[in-house]
Amino acid sequence: MIRLEEVSKVYKTSTRPALENISVEVDKGEFVFLIGASGSGKSTFLRLLLREEVPSKGRVYVANFDVARMARRRVPRLRQSIGCVFQDFRLLANKTVAENVAFALEVIGKPRHTIRKVVPEVLELVGLEGKAERMPHELSGGEQQRVAIARAFVNRPLMLLADEPTGNLDPDTSQDIMLLLERINRTGTTVLMATHDHSIVDSMRRRVVELDLGRVIRDDARGVYGVGR
Amino acid sequence: MRASFVFSEVLTGLRRNITMTIAMIITTAISLALLGGGLLVVRMIDKTQALYQDKVEVSIYLTDDVSSTDKECQNDPCKGLRSKLEGDPAVDSITFENRDQAFERFKQIFEAQPELVKLARPEALPASFRVKLVDPERPEVVTQAYQGQAGIDTITDQSEFLDRFFNALNGVRNMTFAVALFMAIAALLLISNTVQLSAFTRRTEVGIMRLVGATRWYTQLPFLLEAMVTGLIGALVAILGLVGLKVVFLDDVLADPINAGVVRSIDGLDILLVSPWLLLVALGISAVTGYVTLRLYVRT
Repeated sequence: MIRLEEVSKVYKTSTRPALENISVEVDKGEFVFLIGASGSGKSTFLRLLLREEVPSKGRVYVANFDVARMARRRVPRLRQSIGCVFQDFRLLANKTVAENVAFALEVIGKPRHTIRKVVPEVLELVGLEGKAERMPHELSGGEQQRVAIARAFVNRPLMLLADEPTGNLDPDTSQDIMLLLERINRTGTTVLMATHDHSIVDSMRRRVVELDLGRVIRDDARGVYGVGR
Repeated sequence: MRASFVFSEVLTGLRRNITMTIAMIITTAISLALLGGGLLVVRMIDKTQALYQDKVEVSIYLTDDVSSTDKECQNDPCKGLRSKLEGDPAVDSITFENRDQAFERFKQIFEAQPELVKLARPEALPASFRVKLVDPERPEVVTQAYQGQAGIDTITDQSEFLDRFFNALNGVRNMTFAVALFMAIAALLLISNTVQLSAFTRRTEVGIMRLVGATRWYTQLPFLLEAMVTGLIGALVAILGLVGLKVVFLDDVLADPINAGVVRSIDGLDILLVSPWLLLVALGISAVTGYVTLRLYVRT
């Protein structure tokens, strides 16, 4: 599903590479935590997968796309097969819950009858049935993140990228969000989650890839956040 | 592509930046109205030129000596000149006007100023040949051929006066075009600015669109259409403005010279013919400016 081959990324404005000679492979249906301190290269890792950046060296494969080398006009296809969730939710404040989710389909040209059918389905999946007409500011943080997850998942992507999805949430709510991500993972969707949250990583016992100063320093099949941290 | 979605995005965008939208419409309208005004002046010049075309005459004034002695053009050099002019292939027709006839015409022309007529004496006016030309655009063929011949005092050619008249009109045209150009630059910068502002206020939307895999057309078309819709409204305002100017200003202020047949008026048809160009220019400029702005300033 994801394959990075000896990937390095050096930003023009920086002397130290953000990623240095990284090789990582993630299979379809895996659930992977990407951990590491701020500046370790987690964000760059995710941005490379979305082709928000191109690597300075090496190859990046996502699904069947040769991400670094594909033509620009094909990038939308890549992104349609990846769902994204962020720490700050990124909901549109002037649209209702249902409209926020529908937006993701409207802008890729899905027909209206499809949208009318799948939006309520995905809202039910994330546990927001009955809140379709609410505005984002009327919802709790956890509910807002559910909307964001619904939006990321509504087009049934092959892969879900979550960048600190629990960063703004209290532990109980975070636990709910993790259960939701697990449920999504069980549908066969690959989930890659960048996080700082020790307790979540420790309790889930999933694969952990740890980055430090742009290098992979650990890749455990059933890891914890880190001994002695 | 879902038209209704793009359309609603455009409307939201225009409403959100309503002050900028209005500023854009006004500058575009003024700029286009000036451009249209210039184009109308061009049409007016063309029509007026056509009006004068067949009226261009060369006047050959005879010397005082001939004017006073040869009232009916019976003797040389007048008689010789007449037959020479009649035989000239460049000459269409001629009329001889003696001193008395010239004085009659003078009195007619200055009917409104009797004190001037009172002062004038027939002796002050020369007899003349009024020469109609085969090719009114080349009066110099005749003037040069007869200049300095015996019995001829001066030769004047109306095209000199007409040239000055048309130069003035051309000046007006050039000035409107120049001002239109400056306004167009202002409009251009405003369009570019508005597109950037619009893209900035909707950066969250655009960010999400990019992330979920919307194509560049989908993300950028609303901004482009926004610019084009404003341009279009500006053009329509400009056309209305031109019609208004024609009705209020032109038909009123220039009524006298138009009725006298000095200049040709501009009618509704002229504006109708100019309008598509204004619409086209408005659409073209706003589309190109919008596109370039998006290319330069907005990440895709």
